[in-house]
Amino acid sequence: MSSQSQPANAAFPAPVQVAARPARSLWRDAFGRLLRNRLALASGLVILVLSVLALFAPLVSPHDPIKQNLFAIQRSPSWDHWLGTDFLGRDVLARLIYGARTSLSVGLFTQLVVLSIGLPLGAAAGYLSSRWDNALMRFTDVMYAFPDLLLIILLRAILGGSIYMVFLAIGLVAWVNIARLVRGQVLSQKSGEYVTAARALGASGPYILARHILPNALGPVIVATTFLIPRAIFAEAALSYIGIGVKPPTPSWGSMIQDGFGVIFAAPYLVLFPAIAIAVVMMAFTFLGDGLRDALDPRLRGAEGRFR
Amino acid sequence: MLKYTIRRLLWMVPVLLAVTSVTFILMHLVPGGPWDREKTLPAQVVTNLNARYGLDLPLWHQYVRYLLNLLRGDLGVSYTFQDRNVTTILRQGLPVTATLGIVAFGWAMVLGISLGMAAALRRNSATDYFSVFFATMFASIPGFVLAIVLIIIFSVWLHLLPTSGWGSPKHLLMPALALGALPAALIARITRASVLEVLRQDYVRTAYAKGLMDRTIFYKHVLRNALIPVLSIAGPELAFLVTGSFIIEQVFSVPGIGRLFVQGVFARDYGLIMGSILFYTLIIALLNLVVDLAYAVVDPRIRYA
Repeated sequence: MSSQSQPANAAFPAPVQVAARPARSLWRDAFGRLLRNRLALASGLVILVLSVLALFAPLVSPHDPIKQNLFAIQRSPSWDHWLGTDFLGRDVLARLIYGARTSLSVGLFTQLVVLSIGLPLGAAAGYLSSRWDNALMRFTDVMYAFPDLLLIILLRAILGGSIYMVFLAIGLVAWVNIARLVRGQVLSQKSGEYVTAARALGASGPYILARHILPNALGPVIVATTFLIPRAIFAEAALSYIGIGVKPPTPSWGSMIQDGFGVIFAAPYLVLFPAIAIAVVMMAFTFLGDGLRDALDPRLRGAEGRFR
Repeated sequence: MLKYTIRRLLWMVPVLLAVTSVTFILMHLVPGGPWDREKTLPAQVVTNLNARYGLDLPLWHQYVRYLLNLLRGDLGVSYTFQDRNVTTILRQGLPVTATLGIVAFGWAMVLGISLGMAAALRRNSATDYFSVFFATMFASIPGFVLAIVLIIIFSVWLHLLPTSGWGSPKHLLMPALALGALPAALIARITRASVLEVLRQDYVRTAYAKGLMDRTIFYKHVLRNALIPVLSIAGPELAFLVTGSFIIEQVFSVPGIGRLFVQGVFARDYGLIMGSILFYTLIIALLNLVVDLAYAVVDPRIRYA
């Protein structure tokens, strides 16, 4: 494209001057704002550290999280077992580190399910005829009427099996949030002048949707997805706590709490450590979400009542 | 307003019907049946039980039967609690869940609104920073984690409160605290932002210019306007409280409806599953309606047609 437009630029020198200004994209600006938000930055670091721990769990973990040592049952924190051992003599720190694997993968992979259903359906509802739109909106009304954690439990009971089914059960309930959001975004962007311009230039509907509308609607979707991560992590912890999350002996913070609950008077640290882990991860993702929202759309800060 | 209320109530019918159908299909998709035991029952016993409870009929027939019974207000029988039907079980669980929800919501509203207001009126003071800190922290900690921390502090370390059970104010304290913390934080956030917003409005400046007393301005102009956004999240929050309580009920062994649902899913107790989901759905729908109507009371500008 640049080679073709060169002769035109030669005739009109003014645009060259404009181009001399350093390029500043929306994303770059947003990233800069995010870096200046200390709370969000710290949260991002916490998530990064946890992800590294989770990813390299076999290298970092001091013990095998599943191996039982029946000669060292329910030991208090010591030099050998920094956070103690549980009722089967398993190392608590090792189970926490491997539990981060479970929690973070639920947080992330659930969003894959959510986005792969919510994005196309929401975009279709916003862009296509009102009949499609109505159908989807009535469907989401029903979904919203359901108490979502109860629906997740039912789905979980149906799907059974592996951790992938946990992603699926949570995702199948949570996608509604994204679908509604995308629909709203598409509806409001659709009437934008740049869409009219693209249409006047002869662009096709799907092309406009994919190239113009969706990129413009992306900011809120990223923010909403970030907020859905802690909710998914919580859902998994709750499922595992009542015993239908990930299958034992796979470590999960929720099932660690369940395991330790019976001996809470003898060994409170068994439930305290996983509880703190859940709280820290959820706080980190929520603060990061707050930061992303402020960074991507500074106008929302006042309007949505953000604390500063 | 009456017309609007009636229309909203009527709209609940198809939603409840849809929820009933979806739940009915889903719960029958759950593998296993209500008669699965550690030791398998003789085939003849299972056949007889199925015939007794109509579980041998085709699914659509069971569904129609359930709906017809529902119209008469009959929620069917529970296989786990043989001595009571689902309606009775829910009626016994309702006061428990409702008490917990209302107490939690009550303290969340009182604390949230006062903290938010104090923070906004004394902007950038220690009060402000404290409430911002409180709100930011508790807005992201799930009640279930808080519940565990509370148990460790008040039961394990201080031996002050019982870890589980129901029946006295002592039993209510920790569950209500754990349940209300998150809504309290969110309400404090919204209130603070909303009061700050209203304080900037022209009519408040006018009121000051007229020489009205601070107190009058606050109650007549600021408070009423600032509470509208608070109300708008109060409804969803209350609904969330009622439904979110089930995990708290689980932690504290509170005999509410949330625990019944979990029991129902594990035991494949179809009557119990349907009953508790319908109950929750109805509560959420009604609460949303109440909030929408409350808008009109707080803000005379809002008219429903």
